[in-house]
Formats: sequence, structure tokens, C-alpha cells
Amino acid sequence: MIRLQNIEKVYRTSTIETLALNSINLEVAKGEFLSIMGPSGCGKSTLLNIIGLLDAPTRGDISIGEQKTGHLGDRELAAFRNKKLGFIFQSYHLINDLQVVDNVELPLLYRSMSAKERKQLATEALEKVGLSNRINHFPTQLSGGQRQRVAIARAIVGRPEIILADEPTGNLDSAMGNEIMEILMDLNRNEGTTIVMVTHDENMAHKTHRLVRLFDGSQVS
Amino acid sequence: MLRNYFKIAIAVLKRRKFFTFISLFGISFTLTILMVATAYIDKLVNDPYPDAKRDRSLYVNKLEQKMKDGRQSGPLSFYFLDHYAGSLKIPAKVAISSMSRATNTYVNNKKIVINYKYVNSDYWDVLEYDFVEGKPFSKQQIANGEHVTVISEDTKKEYFGETGSVVGKYIEADNVKYRINGVVKNVPVTAYQFFADIYLPYTVSKTDYKDKAYHGEYIAILLAKNEADVPAMRKEYEQMISKVPLPNKDITKMYSHANSYLVSYVNVGSEDTSGIAYVITAIGLFALLVMLLPTLNLVNINITRIMERSSEIGVRKAFGASSRTLVYQFIVENLILTLIGGLIGVLLTFIVIRVLNNAQLIDNLYLTINFTVLLYALAICVFFGLFSGVYPAWRMSKLNVVTALRQNN
Ligand SMILES: Nc1ncnc2c1ncn2[C@@H]1O[C@H](COP(=O)(O)OP(=O)(O)OP(=O)(O)O)[C@@H](O)[C@H]1O
Ligand SMILES: [Mg+2]
Repeated sequence: MIRLQNIEKVYRTSTIETLALNSINLEVAKGEFLSIMGPSGCGKSTLLNIIGLLDAPTRGDISIGEQKTGHLGDRELAAFRNKKLGFIFQSYHLINDLQVVDNVELPLLYRSMSAKERKQLATEALEKVGLSNRINHFPTQLSGGQRQRVAIARAIVGRPEIILADEPTGNLDSAMGNEIMEILMDLNRNEGTTIVMVTHDENMAHKTHRLVRLFDGSQVS
Repeated sequence: MLRNYFKIAIAVLKRRKFFTFISLFGISFTLTILMVATAYIDKLVNDPYPDAKRDRSLYVNKLEQKMKDGRQSGPLSFYFLDHYAGSLKIPAKVAISSMSRATNTYVNNKKIVINYKYVNSDYWDVLEYDFVEGKPFSKQQIANGEHVTVISEDTKKEYFGETGSVVGKYIEADNVKYRINGVVKNVPVTAYQFFADIYLPYTVSKTDYKDKAYHGEYIAILLAKNEADVPAMRKEYEQMISKVPLPNKDITKMYSHANSYLVSYVNVGSEDTSGIAYVITAIGLFALLVMLLPTLNLVNINITRIMERSSEIGVRKAFGASSRTLVYQFIVENLILTLIGGLIGVLLTFIVIRVLNNAQLIDNLYLTINFTVLLYALAICVFFGLFSGVYPAWRMSKLNVVTALRQNN
């Protein structure tokens, strides 16, 4: 489903050069639930952003599904992300000015779809994460766990084949973290969604199919 | 899609009350100034009273004589206009009138200022004054040099007070008594070519209207039979001017043009530096300056405002918005903001114009908001919205997704 070949990422500032990723080769099968671990600053987020086509690697190739992505332009990349990928972030990144349902609808705005259809799908996604009674709240009126569930609803509303989650439970206590983890595992089991998750939590990582460890930009297991 | 933009635009406005206030204030205030200014200009340029046949008229306001060591420019003599312009073939009528002049008169020992204007009989045919009572003096009365006059409503009020008909009564100006033949509706002083308190036959003027000097204090309106004849009439006038003998050998060249109303209205400079260019540049610069400040302010505020929303930008991009879509979104948001500002501006303008009309800073000048002015306002709003939105939106769209997302909310 995802194939990384010889991925290298160098950050250059005027004074220093950081090798954030060093010849990463990685394949993720369709329907796999993969976790990535490693100490802070080892390049986990960088790797996830590259898989998510949010950032371009300095060297190397990424294919997602059958699609080689190296030559895609801004508009094609945007359309591709919209259809195939869903993102979950540690700090939720909800839009505080919008109600929960409008936040969840967001990916559908960039598809041709009627307002009614959008609302329908958003409501369904919120049901899946157990928040159908918070549709018209604003994000600031929700707890951290609830916000992350809204973010998950947003990530799944467009039925992407791949979900990329960067420390989705990082800001939550373990009970809430477990709830989030359950939702992701259900999604993986029942819908066959491929999931790549960065985590600091060994327990979470061991619930997934496979664990990749990074150290200083290199894959160590 | 648009509904969503609207939702978020309103939400952002509500959240940032101070910012909203400042930018709305800037936009609406500027718009108000501009709209009052355009209403004023519109009044000057498009007001058809008493000059209703403007589209088939040409205006002669000055003659310029060039000498070896200078130039002399100003209104023309009655003789010149009557003799030369009056003999043209194309004009059906030639209205000749003096520039209005002020004189004092006394009513019950109270001094009042009266502006008088000498006119010929065509003047009453070319211009369509509204007669509240009576009628213009006739060609015969002019020829006889009768002391008759047409006065304005204001003058009637000031001289006679609230009273019935004054036709046949006498009014005194410069120690001469004139019998009133008619009363006309007021003309604002800004329509200086037509404005006067009392209109008199040119034959009663103290200076000799038969004097053959070219310069004097008269201007003329040439009226063609129809609009199509206007270019030919202009040409005929120019040809006539080129054939008029130079009055003496000091003068090397003479210029005089029959112009359209607008050109004649602003024709204040000399031949080489045309007045209209001055006036248009001045108005343009003024409008630009008035608009530039709030626009720059808006651009600035917009940049901060948009950068504050970098998390939103990052998320939208991650979930499939292209840079182009985002630029579009932010411009639409900005247009919504400016249009709301525009709406407030229109309301403010209504109030300001009302107050101005009541205060009567310029006698008899009544401003109205009309369709033209509203169109201007709309155009200005769109200009604001685009100009102040495009640059920030463009900067924002260049933002890298990862960078945008790292800056936590
Ligand atoms: N925009 C950037 N410019 C320069 N260096 C960067 C940039 N982004 C990341 N880096 C560097 O790249 C390395 C990897 O960063 P990354 O954010 O991927 O780490 P991480 O494993 O996600 O860490 P954490 O667990 O703290 O989130 C770090 O050394 C970081 O300083
Ligand atoms: Mg990270």
C-alpha cells in the first residue's frame, strides 16, 4: 500500500544541516496497522509527513497504492491527499471557529458534494466515534479526548484508505488514550483501513501489527 | 462552499472584535468620504438644471491671446461672441451671458449681496429655467433696453420676504430699479456658468456691449439642432477662430474652443497645461490617497490575521485544499468583510448627506445618493476586498503545510 525507497530528508538552515531521515526503506501492506517509535527528535514526525505527502523528501521515492508521487504538483497532491489520506495530530488541530459538524465536514468541502450529503456523512462519522450528541458544539467546549474523537471523525469522513496519526494519544490520559486506540483498532479491523501511527507508548505500540523503531533518522528495527 | 466561507468569515469577525471594528471603521469611513465626494461631483457634472440640453451644447468660456512676452486669457466680450459666434451656421441658438458679479443693495436698511448676470434672449431658450411665476424678458424688451429682470426664488424671499406674486414689482440693484418679469428656481453657486440672483438684459449693462475688444466678461453656449451636429459645430467654431483677425501686432496667436460641459467646467489652466488634466489628476490622486491608507492597513491586519490561522491553513491543506482554493477562500472572506463595511459605509453616507443638505454649506446644493454613486461604492468595495486580500492570501498559500501545522493554534 505504501512503499518508501531510500528516503532521505535533510533540513538546511544557514548554519547547520540536519539529517532528519537517513535511507529509510519501508513497506506497509494494505490493511496493516503499523506503529513507529523512537526518542524525541529522531525523525518520526518527519517520516509521517513524508508518507502523508505533506513534505517532500530530499531524496528517494514514495508510492502510495499504484501511484508514484514524485512528480505531482500542488493541485494533484491536494486532490490525492483528499481522496486517499486521513490525518490525526497530537494537538487535534480543530478549527475553533467552526462547530464540530463543520470541522468534520472539512475534507468533503474539497469534493463535489451537496451540503446535505456532507452533513449526512459527517453525522455518520461522528456516530462512529460516539459523539453524535455534540454535533453543534464548538471544539473549545469539548474535553481533550472528545476533541481527538472529532479529529478522528474528520480523518475518516472521506473514507480514506490510509490514516496517518502522529501521537494521537500524546495529550490524553491513559483511559482516554485507550478509547482512542480502540476506535483506531476497530477502524483497522472492520473497514480494513491501513494505519500508520507514531507513539511514545509501548502498550499502544504492542497492540498494533508491527512496530518500526527509529533512532537518529535511521530505522533500527 | 460559499456558505462555509461565510460561516467562517462571520466567526472570525466575531472572535476578533477589535480587528473587525478597526477594519470595518476604516472601510466604511473611507467609503463615506468617497461617496459624498462622488455625490458632489456627480451633482456638478450630471445635474441637468438648468442646463438640460447639455448633450447638444458646446461651451465657450475663454479666449487666450499669446504675445511675445506672455499671454492673456479670460472670458470674451459680448461683441466677439455676438458677432463671430453669432454668425456661425450650425448653432441654432447662441446663449450669451456675463459671468455673475456681486453688488450690494439695501432692504429696510439691511445690506444684501446680489449677484447679477447679463443675458441675451437665446439664453432663456437654451437653458431651461423653471419659472415659479412670470416669464423671461423678451427679445423686444432687450432690444428696447427695458429695465426688466428675472430673479431667483431666494432673492425674492430675501428682498420681499414671504409674500405672494412679485411679478410687476420693482427690485433695486446698483441704484437702478428693475421691474420683475419672472421668478426662477434657485441654481447652486457651484453651477457658476448659470448661477445668479438676478438676470438682466445685456442691453442695460453699464459697460458698452458694442466695444470691439475681444476680451470681456461674457461666456456662450452654442446649441446644435441635434447631437449629431455637435462635432461639426465644434469644428466650425475652431475654423472661425482661426480666421478672426488678430487685434494688434503684439498678439501672435489666439485660441478659443467650444468644449463639452465637463471640459469647460474645469477648464481653469492655460492652453499648454490643460485644466482638465489638472483636475482629473487631482481628483484621482485624492481618491487614491484616501483609499490607499485603509487598504494598506487592511493588508497589514490581514497578514497577521491570516498567519494567526496557520493551523487552519495547515489542516485545510492536509485534507485536500490546494493553494489556489485557499487563496480563493481568503479572498472571498475578505470580500465579505469589505462588503459589510461597504453596507455600513452606504448607511453612513445617507446620514452624512442628510446632515449636509440640512446644513446647506453651499446654498441650494442638494446632494442625493443615486444609482451611479452606489455603483461607484460597489466597485470601490470590490477593489478594497481584492486588493487587501490578494497579497496576504498569496503569502499564506505559500506557507508549507508542516510549518503551518507546527505553529500550534
Ligand atoms: N523545519 C525544520 N528545520 C530544521 N530542522 C528540523 C525541522 N523540522 C524538524 N527538524 C529536525 O529534524 C529532526 C527530526 O524532527 P521530528 O520532528 O521528525 O522529530 P520527532 O521524532 O517527531 O520528535 P518528537 O518525538 O519530539 O515529536 C529534529 O532534529 C529536528 O530538530
Ligand atoms: Mg514528532
